Amino acid sequence: MDKPKTMKLVNGEKGNIIKITSLNLDGVMRRRLLDLGFVTGALVEVVRKSPLGDPIAFRVSQTTIALREEESSKIEGELVSDGN
Amino acid sequence: MGTEYRIALAGNPNTGKSTLFNALTGLRQHTGNWAGKTVSLAQGTVQFKDKTFQLIDLPGTYSLFSNSKDEEVARNYIVFEKPDVTLVVLDATSLERNLNLALQVLEMTKNVVIAINLIDVAEEQGIQINERLLTNRLGVPVIKISARNKKGFPMLLDTLDRIVTGAIECNPVRMVYSEEIEEQIKKIEPKVREIIGGQLSSRWVSLRLLDGDETLLNEINQRLSGRQVEYEYSTHIC
Ligand SMILES: Nc1nc2c(ncn2[C@@H]2O[C@H](COP(=O)(O)OP(=O)(O)O)[C@@H](O)[C@H]2O)c(=O)[nH]1
Ligand SMILES: [Mg+2]
Repeated sequence: MDKPKTMKLVNGEKGNIIKITSLNLDGVMRRRLLDLGFVTGALVEVVRKSPLGDPIAFRVSQTTIALREEESSKIEGELVSDGN
Repeated sequence: MGTEYRIALAGNPNTGKSTLFNALTGLRQHTGNWAGKTVSLAQGTVQFKDKTFQLIDLPGTYSLFSNSKDEEVARNYIVFEKPDVTLVVLDATSLERNLNLALQVLEMTKNVVIAINLIDVAEEQGIQINERLLTNRLGVPVIKISARNKKGFPMLLDTLDRIVTGAIECNPVRMVYSEEIEEQIKKIEPKVREIIGGQLSSRWVSLRLLDGDETLLNEINQRLSGRQVEYEYSTHIC
């Protein structure tokens, strides 16, 4: 099998499923993202990109949540499925 | 009327907390204002056997780490106002997400009941929930209900009754953290216990300190130094 492709959530395309490997932020912002379900190991689906690319909607543990670029650019994961 | 006990309802938004609150309390409700704060919480009573349960509908939140005013209100009520029981309402169709809040509450306080609501919707979706297993793993009663269909209420009320009388003892599971964090807790918990006494869970406060939670520190400072102006909420019945 190929090595999984690592990427930031902000670079996900619609339909991509990404498994979170790390959150590169601290403090309240980190806490908030963890509480919303963006935890290591979670599977996240890219639902919709807005016309300007920001914010992006993600599906994580059965809920759709929109993140701003300053958040989604700091979450890294492995591409599990490109959705095709 | 009998003895009165306070039951605080906590849960994520949209888990049916208000539906449950309304179904149980009917018209016996009013809004309590917290003096000095712009927060008002719906309160209402329900009679069961020889007791009166006063239900308090806390703001719906995903977390209790005070990222927002609502989270702060809910957290402060649970840890400082000390309801007799905290009833955590979960959405049966979204347990993974909902359990985050439940686990947070289990760290904060001992007397907890978990109501898994929207069980009718879950059943339609083919979701099966083993409440016995959850009860064993979490160490507190887990009860399936449907607030809209008023299902599971007798069991829920009976469980609350048994907790306040001491017939059931809650034993919330202790979350174990990484070795590094556990080491730090070991270092500071005795000191924390010395300062706050038995008023709050010293393990929980230690964890919050390690997390750098300053709003909690300020809150503790204010409340435990005797300045009790805030958070007295009115108890008149309309
Ligand atoms: N099918 C079903 N719907 C419910 C149940 N409990 C609540 N609801 C619905 O879920 C939605 C959110 O309920 P609400 O009480 O406002 O949730 P809250 O935000 O937790 O206070 C409402 O449309 C309710 O009618 C239930 O047991 N079964
Ligand atoms: Mg509500």
